[in-house]
Amino acid sequence: MTNKLEKSADIGVFIALIAFTIVFPCLNAFTAEGSAMHVSGFQLSVWGKYMCYAVLALSLNMLWGYTGLLCLGQCLFFALGGYAFGMYLILSIGESGDMASLPTFLNWDDLPAIWGPFFSPVFAVGAVLLVPGIVAFIFGFLAFRSRIKGVYFSILTQALTYAGFLLFNSNETPFGGTNGFTNFKVLFGADVNTAAIDQGLFIASGVLLIGVYALLTWLLATKFGKVQRAIRDSENRVRFSGFSTTHYKVFIFVLSAMVAGAAGALYVPQAGIINPGEMLPARGLDIVVWVAVGGRSSKFGPVIGAILVSLLKSYTTQVFPEYWLIILGGIFVFVVIFMPDGVVGLIKKVIALMKGDPEEIDENIEEETA
Amino acid sequence: MQKLHQVTLTILFLFSMLSFSSADTADKEARTLLSRLILGEKDNQESALDALDGNGSKIIETFYKVGRVGDVYKCANDDGSFTVYYKDGEFYYNLLDGNQVTEPDNLEKARLGRSAKKKLSKLADFVYIYSPIDQERIDAVHKFGGSQKPEFIELIRRNIDKQPNENLKQAFQESLEISLLKNGTHEEKLNAISYLSDMGSSLSVDFIKAVKLDSEAVLNDEAAEEEVKAEASALTKASDEALKSIESAEQKKELVQSVFFGVNRGSVLLLVSFGLAITFGLMGVINMAHGEFIAIGGYTTYVIQGWFASAYGVDSAAYEWYFVVAVPAAFMVSAFFGVIMERGVIQFLYTRPLESLLATWGISMVLQQLIRLYFGAANVAVASPTWLEGNVNVGGYTMAYNRLIVVPVAIIVLLVTALLMKKTNWGLHIRATMQNRLMASSLGIRSSRVNMMTFAFGSGLAGLAGAFLSQFDNVGPMMGQTYIVDSFMVVVVGGVGNLIGAALSSLGIGVIGQLLEFFYGSVMGKVGILFGIILFLQVKPGGLFTSKSRSLED
Repeated sequence: MTNKLEKSADIGVFIALIAFTIVFPCLNAFTAEGSAMHVSGFQLSVWGKYMCYAVLALSLNMLWGYTGLLCLGQCLFFALGGYAFGMYLILSIGESGDMASLPTFLNWDDLPAIWGPFFSPVFAVGAVLLVPGIVAFIFGFLAFRSRIKGVYFSILTQALTYAGFLLFNSNETPFGGTNGFTNFKVLFGADVNTAAIDQGLFIASGVLLIGVYALLTWLLATKFGKVQRAIRDSENRVRFSGFSTTHYKVFIFVLSAMVAGAAGALYVPQAGIINPGEMLPARGLDIVVWVAVGGRSSKFGPVIGAILVSLLKSYTTQVFPEYWLIILGGIFVFVVIFMPDGVVGLIKKVIALMKGDPEEIDENIEEETA
Repeated sequence: MQKLHQVTLTILFLFSMLSFSSADTADKEARTLLSRLILGEKDNQESALDALDGNGSKIIETFYKVGRVGDVYKCANDDGSFTVYYKDGEFYYNLLDGNQVTEPDNLEKARLGRSAKKKLSKLADFVYIYSPIDQERIDAVHKFGGSQKPEFIELIRRNIDKQPNENLKQAFQESLEISLLKNGTHEEKLNAISYLSDMGSSLSVDFIKAVKLDSEAVLNDEAAEEEVKAEASALTKASDEALKSIESAEQKKELVQSVFFGVNRGSVLLLVSFGLAITFGLMGVINMAHGEFIAIGGYTTYVIQGWFASAYGVDSAAYEWYFVVAVPAAFMVSAFFGVIMERGVIQFLYTRPLESLLATWGISMVLQQLIRLYFGAANVAVASPTWLEGNVNVGGYTMAYNRLIVVPVAIIVLLVTALLMKKTNWGLHIRATMQNRLMASSLGIRSSRVNMMTFAFGSGLAGLAGAFLSQFDNVGPMMGQTYIVDSFMVVVVGGVGNLIGAALSSLGIGVIGQLLEFFYGSVMGKVGILFGIILFLQVKPGGLFTSKSRSLED
């Protein structure tokens, strides 16, 4: 019964996501400006960013929701992907001959060695995935090998993020210091300020979201997914059954970091800026908030959470700029205490209640919180 | 702890009284002499000027300054005597007592003879050499020495033996030798170089370099005589060696200084993270709002300072005591917030540690913004009381009292907490509850109450830390955020639930961090220590001290 429900929900989600990815840019392209149906380019890139956030939230959910690893450093991988792609974008400005738009920290005639390979778009896209992946591999290998888990893992990932922030924020490293990269002009040889690029980036974000969602759905159905959830529920039992939990954890950690990196790379051209602020420990906690509000260990919860909280944030920062932190913090405390399964958990409870099946309610809750 | 404060306070007060009184006499004397200079006859003037020599009162400088633009006046009194006034800026002052007065009637411009003026100008120049404040004297004599003008040599030499302490004597000798580097004979130059190199004078580096350049120029000059060349080569050699030895002495000094700063930084870390060692280490609550409790302590100090300032005035003796009140107040206020938070949120989350992290993060955002709304987003200024303002100078490096005091305070906090935990009933209850909540409560311990009090104690310690941080660090809404990552590191490295471990790890992180920053710069040092911690946990995953247990954790 539950399985059927899940399956039909999955199909519904896929259809909705695909429809959104197709319809939204079409509304931008084919309706007249000023008409009720028109979606502005600004709107389009805002929702494109939200989809990147949703991917980021999904990447954390792989770790936290399904493996029980609360990573506070997901923002680091996001930013690393963003920086890798940002470097390519900055170099494209120079290649297009528009020297005046280059950031001042970069000396074009004497580029730091690390910048060299980023002229190639293939290398840049590879780096978007590999740099976060390698960092995650090294850190994950060290951490999981010595069986650092639970809270300690969370705190260490936070420290890792902070170290990244310090490195990128410093003027000694060749990544633009506090200002980071901004003012991008060219993307794959085209001017970034055109509607076609906005639509393309939006569709790319949508495709990434659908792809990651599909990946997660598939992964959870495999044996790997089962071991993953077993690690979350009782790691020792899994280990005693002969599985190397370290390998499983390193793999999922690296995979999640690469997904976060890809989200970061698509986020940067749409946001038009990347700076070390993205690596602050507070950003890492923001992502955790999204997942918690949406409902962790439910596949679609993080997507809802990321979009809901981002919408709320952009609304409250405009209407109550002074109180938005209080509102957000308050919601957060409320969610943790009263809605441990987030919005999705709440919806499930309501559905079960309407069906009037008290056993179903308990079952559902048990399954999700176990 | 208050007793300690009282003792320090009394001692510092006595010292300040002493120095004030001697400065006061000098000032009074200078005023009388200056007034005699204006009103007296020629002989009297001469003797007044002679007597003024060696007086370090600033009034001489002021008087010369206003005298140069003709703002010194005398005014006949009813009994035929005269009073001297001067005008500084817009206001008139009585010379004898320095009080500001309304513009007196029938002022008459007072004039000085040319020679008296010249002498006075010299005296005004030298005022700082006789200043009652040591540091001003040192700065002044360094300036005179550094100018390398021959006319000051006599002045400096004459005053070396008059200096009351070794520190001052050394500064005067140093300045003399620096001046001799340029003005002395060949022998004197060589002696000066060897003296400066022996004392490791960093001030003299540029001057020795100049000597080296000059003598090298002589060596390259083909027209120079053999004898001159021999002298020059001796000088080159000596200055080369001196520069090297000064540099290495300098590095050694900085290294020692780094260790010293590191110990201090470690104590700051200990103070900041000790509350967390209790709430996180003992209770298992990941309190992300710990930083905000520190900020609450800092702001409490700020508010109490404001109360004292408005009730007693900033110059009063009572104001000096505000900090003694602020420290326990900061503890109480933060502890109070801790109780509210524990009752309101944390008590529901003891079985869900990861979620306590999320809830406290939410609370931290709310508290941060409340602080911002109430006190403004900018940092507020908390002034140290004068008895915490001084510097202590040990072997060439200075350390402010308000930083230094953290070391004994951290030790006291450590001892008090250790005693509390090991020797009191309350401590026993805490340890029992933290080891096994259910078992403790079934044995009749009111574990809910113990939880509340322990959390309040941990939060209070954060507030206490905030009060001391306010003395040397910025107090602002974000102040807690700067310490939160470090605090968690300290607790993790120390071994969770182990207070001695927290003490050792904060000391270690402080010293090693400072050394890394010394060798690799500030950013790389900080990054280095974070990676060092990750590697350290490879060797000892449970931290320095782990509690041994046969149970599996999950």
